[in-house]
Amino acid sequence: MSVTKKKILLITPSRIIARGITSILEEHGGFSVETVLVDLSRENEATVRDSMADIVIVDPIIFDFASRPSGRSRISDLTDAAVIAAPTAVTDDETIKSYDETISIYDTPAAVISKLRNSLAQSAGGPRTENREELSAREKEILVCVAQGMLNKEIADRFHLSIYTVITHRKNITRKTGIKTVAGLTVYALLNNLIDPASVE
Amino acid sequence: MRKNMKMADLIGADYRLLTVIYRLGIKLGFGEKTVEETCRESGVNCDTFLLIANVYATEGYVPTTEMMTAASAIDLVRYLHASHSYYLDHEIQDLSRIFEDLLRPCTPMQRDVIMRFFDGYREEVENHFAYEEDIVFPYVRSVAGGQRVEGYSMETFEENHNNIDEKLNDLRNIVMKYLPPVCDTVTAIKALSRLCTLEADLEKHTLIENSILIPMVNRLEGKCQ
Repeated sequence: MSVTKKKILLITPSRIIARGITSILEEHGGFSVETVLVDLSRENEATVRDSMADIVIVDPIIFDFASRPSGRSRISDLTDAAVIAAPTAVTDDETIKSYDETISIYDTPAAVISKLRNSLAQSAGGPRTENREELSAREKEILVCVAQGMLNKEIADRFHLSIYTVITHRKNITRKTGIKTVAGLTVYALLNNLIDPASVE
Repeated sequence: MRKNMKMADLIGADYRLLTVIYRLGIKLGFGEKTVEETCRESGVNCDTFLLIANVYATEGYVPTTEMMTAASAIDLVRYLHASHSYYLDHEIQDLSRIFEDLLRPCTPMQRDVIMRFFDGYREEVENHFAYEEDIVFPYVRSVAGGQRVEGYSMETFEENHNNIDEKLNDLRNIVMKYLPPVCDTVTAIKALSRLCTLEADLEKHTLIENSILIPMVNRLEGKCQ
């Protein structure tokens, strides 16, 4: 009994899910659910920040639709713990990919435990999208379109992306560069020779 | 902050209040005089001064109803108007000169791009202030005089009071992160510290409008009916 148990923080509005996960982890013994929160309100943010959790398991449904893609980042702003999604509603792939692991409500207890262990190995470098702070090639393409005055819808059509994916890219561009306005992004694009000065009026 | 404190102690504790006294028309050279004496000699309502200074200098400060009632809406508008002039005539002018210096070694394209962005910001600020000067302040003055004006209310102002901090924030990041390497670092530091000061001061300005002007005028509107 000398091995320290890994501490789990659960964020789910569902009591059934919370009790289910807690019970699976108790049976296994290597993990202990320390805290259960129903959402990520201001107060609860402080709880997450102060917790010494090794893993946060969250149902992405606690984030409203528009902010769901950035949910993982919000949690990572508070804690260095691994973050696992346990979605109870259909969630888009981009969002799912930003988590260290995803557990399904139909997973066997053994699968859940193995994913938890896996996530601890995975999470060493924070959220995956933040591993590379330089703009990705796709982000640069999108930035150029924004600088040239294209609307999200037009950009989505050009690259065959969903409009939500374009919005996620734009959020990441702003997070990395610190620049929010279209005019500011145009300055960035010109200073970094991403566009020809003649192509903006 | 109390009326019987020495003005010098108050300013000494938070030098940012220098811009507050300047905008209220209080000059330096107050020697050992108290806050109350200094205000009286400069013809400033001391309660208004304390209200503004508290909101300005104390994080998360919530004024009491008594303080709001004691202060004068006319003086507050005078202060906000003086702030607008201070930003446009001093801060933004100075920044414009600093940017010209800073960008001198750049290529014409780089210079144009950044200056055009700077001018865009200046224009946004001018428009934002012009609306308040032309519509909001005259309205506040007439409500403070007991006269309700048809077709406008503080609610309309509250709904339309948008933030003008995004471009300024962008400008700061552009100077800090993406300035062409030929630019002089000392001049860049000067530009950055002025940008940061302006950003922080404008944040307080908006806070004063939202947490003093709006509730104060809301109450005056009630009295008019």
